[in-house]
Amino acid sequence: MDAVATYALRLGDDSLILGQRLSEWCGHAPALEVDLSLANVALDQIGQATHFLNLAGELEGKGRDGDALAFRRDVMDFTNCLLVEQPNGDFAQTIARQFLFSHYQELLFTALMASKNATIAAIAAKAVKETAYHAVLASDWVVRLGDGTDESKARMIAGLDWMWRFADELFAMDDVDAAAIKAGVGIDKAALRSSWDTRIDAVLAEATLMRPASRRPVLGGRVGRHSEHLGHLLTEMQFLQRAYPGATW
Amino acid sequence: MSAVVAISNADRIRAVLADVPDPEIPAVSVLDLGIVREIGVDAVTITPTYTGCPATIAIEQSIRAALDANGFVDVAIATTLSPPWSTDWISDEGREKLRAYGIAPPPKGAGASALKNQTLAECPRCGSSNTEEISRFGSTPCKALWRCKACAEPFDRFKCH
Ligand SMILES: [Zn+2]
Repeated sequence: MDAVATYALRLGDDSLILGQRLSEWCGHAPALEVDLSLANVALDQIGQATHFLNLAGELEGKGRDGDALAFRRDVMDFTNCLLVEQPNGDFAQTIARQFLFSHYQELLFTALMASKNATIAAIAAKAVKETAYHAVLASDWVVRLGDGTDESKARMIAGLDWMWRFADELFAMDDVDAAAIKAGVGIDKAALRSSWDTRIDAVLAEATLMRPASRRPVLGGRVGRHSEHLGHLLTEMQFLQRAYPGATW
Repeated sequence: MSAVVAISNADRIRAVLADVPDPEIPAVSVLDLGIVREIGVDAVTITPTYTGCPATIAIEQSIRAALDANGFVDVAIATTLSPPWSTDWISDEGREKLRAYGIAPPPKGAGASALKNQTLAECPRCGSSNTEEISRFGSTPCKALWRCKACAEPFDRFKCH
């Protein structure tokens, strides 16, 4: 794949893996409203993934569509950031992941609406409206849990503390980003950081929470160096296509 | 040319589409919801409501079936993402149908500005604005859960989008 196709692939992989993770909550959430919310966010992510991965397959030009890319790649071929593959943990940990990611994704999609790739611009313009809902949902819960009981606060702090080490990767730039920017397709993710910090800090302040201590960032997802968790996720997500290759509805 | 022939294919296709219900909210048609963006001589252009709306494929299939059944086998269905669908495209008639069905329609023109849904929904049963949001995400991607404090009934609200 060339840089622009890889760029689309990364966007699709982030959405796909987060959507799959969130769908694990379906039927297990602490309340009906939460169950519906997480399932809806999962659907939005999977919808984005379908569009981005179909595009990546088209740009690659080897006859792979979104389904082929989702179900017939192995773990080291996935280019999602490490944040989205992190296990759900408890509800607070899931919310922490969503909180950090949705604010990033909303800023990213807002910027990508100006992409010279018309499909990326169209997907971003459509998805940004949904992503704004996700960011509000996650922020509301960060405040409710953070400024809640001793128990909910402790869990919210623990969830944020775990997820925080994966935040830097969201804004990390490499050769693929540079080439995509040169082509007018990609954007400078590092430039989103200060807006993201402002948003995150405002919600944390309302939630009476401290920003987690900076620690050494964990990187590697974009080039296929994943945690063990992703392989387990794929075994479930890809089971049907692995057991019955090419099966269709 | 007789007056009868003057009914164009586009008008006939429009009439067919007016009878294709949304699979999740059958009270409204795909035309009412603003899903149909263009009716051309040889193609109908549609747009999905939500990126992840599971009804998107079902909608395309129902439109295909209706077109085929009415002799428009050669009319293709094209899908476009841009410009993104907005609740502002729901017709006035569609809004009334939603209300009658028990779903509070989104305020007109609020798609762009009222993301946080700050305006209070009107209870589709008793008309009261003394209402509150229970959950921003409801039974389908396009709906939020609300409750009427006047008549105590819960209801769905079509999200501003
Ligand atoms: Zn009422």
